[in-house]
Amino acid sequence: MTSALINVPAKAKRGDIIEIKTLMSHIMETGYRHMASGEVVPRDIITSFACRFNGTEIFRTDLFPAIAANPFISFFTTVTESGKFEFEWIGDRGFSETATASISVE
Amino acid sequence: MHDESTRREFFGLAGGAAMLAVTPHPAEATPAMLASAIRNVVGTATVQTGKVKLEIPPLVENGNTVPMTVSVASPMAPEDHVRSIHVFNEKNPQPNVANFYLGPHSGRAQVSTRIRLADSQKIVAIAKLSDGSFWSASVDVVVTLAACTEEVI
Repeated sequence: MTSALINVPAKAKRGDIIEIKTLMSHIMETGYRHMASGEVVPRDIITSFACRFNGTEIFRTDLFPAIAANPFISFFTTVTESGKFEFEWIGDRGFSETATASISVE
Repeated sequence: MHDESTRREFFGLAGGAAMLAVTPHPAEATPAMLASAIRNVVGTATVQTGKVKLEIPPLVENGNTVPMTVSVASPMAPEDHVRSIHVFNEKNPQPNVANFYLGPHSGRAQVSTRIRLADSQKIVAIAKLSDGSFWSASVDVVVTLAACTEEVI
């Protein structure tokens, strides 16, 4: 999807620890702001981020309103084989986005 | 003469009203809420200081997006690794910031994200290790422009 930015090295050596950087475009409305009429702007955030490698979950995050808009999350993983990373963001109002990235491991 | 004084009064009052309007009392988490949010994660276990490194700028100009990195000194081996990292704050409306779940395959116990800070406050990061122990680090951050949690839009 165009709303996700993923940075994964295209190649790595077996056993390397690589950094994965992700950014998802999202307003992350806290639910604590008010409109001029006094109404609370309803909360609209991403609540969960997960990363799977070849089907196995390798990283997960719970997000709260204290995460800045367009959530950036980076983490590390050890690569042992070539394969596909799948990223999934889930949030309020049925928000659900996925992205994938492949890596070839020598 | 008379006109001038009422004009001045008017602007004085208007200024005061504007001040009130733009600086409402922010809803903030209390230290008690912070303590209870931490208890929800650690239970009755004691939290030791150390092993965790919380990198966040000590002086933040814009509280809407503050880079933060948490790392834990750990071999990240199957028998000794970081299971999760939990980040809390003292004065945002909610004490939780984020929970990160890792494993021995992570290789390095380090995560980065960008957070919001509604006020100058203390940030606490707690790591849960595979042996069940909890380790923490905290940093006091001064925020000059707070995240607009109470902003009228």
